[in-house]
Amino acid sequence: MSAPTINLTLKVWRQGRTDKKGRFETYPANNISTDMSFLEMLDVVNEELTKKGIEPIAFDHDCREGICGMCGAVINGRAHGKERETTLCQLHMRHFKDGETIVIEPWRARAFKLVKDLVVDRSALDQIIQAGGYISVNAGGPQDANSIPVPREKADLAFNAAACIGCGACVAACPNSSAMLFIGAKVSHLALLPQGRPEAARRVRAMVRKMDELGFGNCSNEAECEVECPKGISIREIARLNRELMKAELKSA
Amino acid sequence: MKLDAKIPGGPLTEKWDRHRFELKLVNPANKKKFDIIVVGTGLAGASAAATMAELGYNVKNFCIQDTPRRAHSISAQGGINAAKNYANDGDSIWRLFYDTIKGGDFRSREGNVYRLAQLSTQIIDHCVAQGVPFARDYGGLLDTRSFGGAQVSRTFYAKGQTGQQLLLGAYSALMRQVGKGKVEMFPRREMVDLVVVDGKARGIVVRNLITGELESYAAHAVVLATGGYGNAYFLSTNAMSCNVNAAYRAYKKGALFANPCFTQIHPTCIPVHGTYQSKLTLMSESLRNDGRVWVPKQPGDKRRPNEIPESERDYYLERKYPSFGNLVPRDVASRNAKEQCDKGKGVGETGLAVYLDFADAIRRDGRDVIEAKYGNLFEMYEKITGEHPYETPMKIYPAVHYTMGGLWVDYNLMSTIEGLFVLGEANFSDHGANRLGASALMQGLADGYFILPYTIGGYLAGTPFPEVKPDHDAFLEGIANARQQVDRLLAVKGSRTVDEIHRELGLILWDYCGMSRDMEGLKTALDKIRELRTQFWQDVNVPGDSHDLNQSLERAGRVADFLEFGELMVIDALNREESCGCHFNVAYQTEDHEALRDDENYCHVNAWEYVGVDQSPTLHKEPLVFENVELTQRSYK
Repeated sequence: MSAPTINLTLKVWRQGRTDKKGRFETYPANNISTDMSFLEMLDVVNEELTKKGIEPIAFDHDCREGICGMCGAVINGRAHGKERETTLCQLHMRHFKDGETIVIEPWRARAFKLVKDLVVDRSALDQIIQAGGYISVNAGGPQDANSIPVPREKADLAFNAAACIGCGACVAACPNSSAMLFIGAKVSHLALLPQGRPEAARRVRAMVRKMDELGFGNCSNEAECEVECPKGISIREIARLNRELMKAELKSA
Repeated sequence: MKLDAKIPGGPLTEKWDRHRFELKLVNPANKKKFDIIVVGTGLAGASAAATMAELGYNVKNFCIQDTPRRAHSISAQGGINAAKNYANDGDSIWRLFYDTIKGGDFRSREGNVYRLAQLSTQIIDHCVAQGVPFARDYGGLLDTRSFGGAQVSRTFYAKGQTGQQLLLGAYSALMRQVGKGKVEMFPRREMVDLVVVDGKARGIVVRNLITGELESYAAHAVVLATGGYGNAYFLSTNAMSCNVNAAYRAYKKGALFANPCFTQIHPTCIPVHGTYQSKLTLMSESLRNDGRVWVPKQPGDKRRPNEIPESERDYYLERKYPSFGNLVPRDVASRNAKEQCDKGKGVGETGLAVYLDFADAIRRDGRDVIEAKYGNLFEMYEKITGEHPYETPMKIYPAVHYTMGGLWVDYNLMSTIEGLFVLGEANFSDHGANRLGASALMQGLADGYFILPYTIGGYLAGTPFPEVKPDHDAFLEGIANARQQVDRLLAVKGSRTVDEIHRELGLILWDYCGMSRDMEGLKTALDKIRELRTQFWQDVNVPGDSHDLNQSLERAGRVADFLEFGELMVIDALNREESCGCHFNVAYQTEDHEALRDDENYCHVNAWEYVGVDQSPTLHKEPLVFENVELTQRSYK
């Protein structure tokens, strides 16, 4: 018994690299197996566009198993679609109804410049990490891995924060286009581990300063980021970030 | 050409120490005078770029994605091996070395593999210091688990996201160096040519994937860490952008390609379920710690799994291999799954699947324990298939996953082109004819953090370098060639899409050069690939133009290389008239259908030299010398 198929109408944002303005184009997506992923559905549409002599829709994607963080688009107003904790590549067509119209748009945020169609430039997130999202340790000299025990609860919390895939959905979902969840995740991950403590104050200040400089907005506790995060990263990470920032500022004052 | 692997003399356990002492050093003040290009930002590339920058070299690092953190190492799930013996279960460097050599069916180098096992412990130390959140027990110390091909618990892990966490560790080290100005990052660039001047690798030509411009970069040495070529099969567990271009272009410039037919088919993947499918998803090997593999005893049994009583199930791995059971190495597990399906015992819609059942483990340990270990994998399975592995067994089938073959390198990880180093999956060196689970992460990081930073110094210190700039003729020629290929692809304006042709190539390779091979099939494959290549250049349809982000053009360039490279895989498989590890030629098998090696005639590495398109490559052989282990028939019974 093979999966049922559905017919859809897509309204897709199209914008060339040098175009000042974009527009929605409407394309049919017919005979879509409900076992397909959203990106496989776009592949099928792109094959048809290619055969009709229309340039296919540009979209970022790579691992297609929900971990690289490269894919992402706003589907009917929701970053990565409305399924919880799901990247676009893991969103399957069984969640859509026959005859449905789907609106597909790129991430929109001041700090993410549009490249083409659904492709945006997220290099600002790398710049935030460059500002301090690391532990300063060179290869070569560390002590035995078991010489510093880390309580399991802390290790688990650090892991949960470290699960961020850097897709940018939090920024796209935030009405202020803030990157606080992204930064909170990294600050928490490293601040929770003993190895990350020595630089904790310096790190949090540098990362937040960089975020402001790059044109991301501030957090006003909308919590949209938590709802859309494909890895289920909690806004508790933002609380921890604020606490770390407060501690750092007080120390330096 | 005589291949010299440059394995240091002396006892196995002292080779690396001795070599490190004998390597020339670059004075710390002089390191900043050297420019090094690293292509790729996976575990091998990112760790190499970061570490060389820490040492003081100037590094230019290139990647195909929008940021280095996306490299496909990120998808590795299960874990990373290290001979720490924290579990106190009899592990040692020697045992990890032996397991790896045996797992590879005695087709890798003793010297390289021993060094890998030695370095494994340092990797864990370094990654913990970087903040990699490995799994821990309640005492706060690191936890481990078992993996295929080993009887000790030496695999360190971070849930089912070990690759992600290790890569983010290497990425953070890399970002630190970018922030310091020691690494210059070039994302969304695809390498289209290697530039060789006076016999030495001196730079690369890349295509800027956003603007379409061809750009030249010069350096004193070039490091390729560009991953494997599993996507030759179209369907694989590789990310969509994984390709062979960088390695293949180096091959065309004179680097030998070793053992291209050694491709790992991973036993536990979600089965193929439609013709539109774009990729296959791995379910980590760690699942075989607790999952039991079975098929119905009766061929054609269409009952649902829970309706089949115990007495009518065949737990074939446990039955055939009592001491390793479900944890036999990947090649053995894959071949057995295929064998069961060929007998008509396969399950699911297509009959191309076997069950991986957690019912016993859930009964024994409780759902919570299983969820803590594998929760994210079960979720992923449920998202893709719509079925819950807590309630019904997973359906799995083998899929192309990793390539042991790659550019030939010596003990210094240098290819046959001077100054061209190759790391990670892109080289061929450590896994022989079959890689053990959790060893890819180990090798990528050993190469990048702890081997290349030493050996590249030995090369740079002893080599005179005349000045070469990007306006050198060799670069202009590289650009002209690349432009010609792009124009040629866009000019065909045929009727078939790139994906259609790629899919067809994939099927040819899967049918004839996949889990089992025979001479006649391989010869058929050769004809079919050549024919398909001709069709591609006559009838491919690449829309858009070359001055823009053009993803169809990117794919076309990759498929063009796969269409040549696929032929090399088949030629290599035809040449190796034995079975070993993943390479199973049906004419060479034991009575129990295990791979039957021919150590007298094939105990060597095949290294191929490019002569020209449509011409047979020249074969060079590097004999494999075993002084410390005895070559035996692999047995996991």
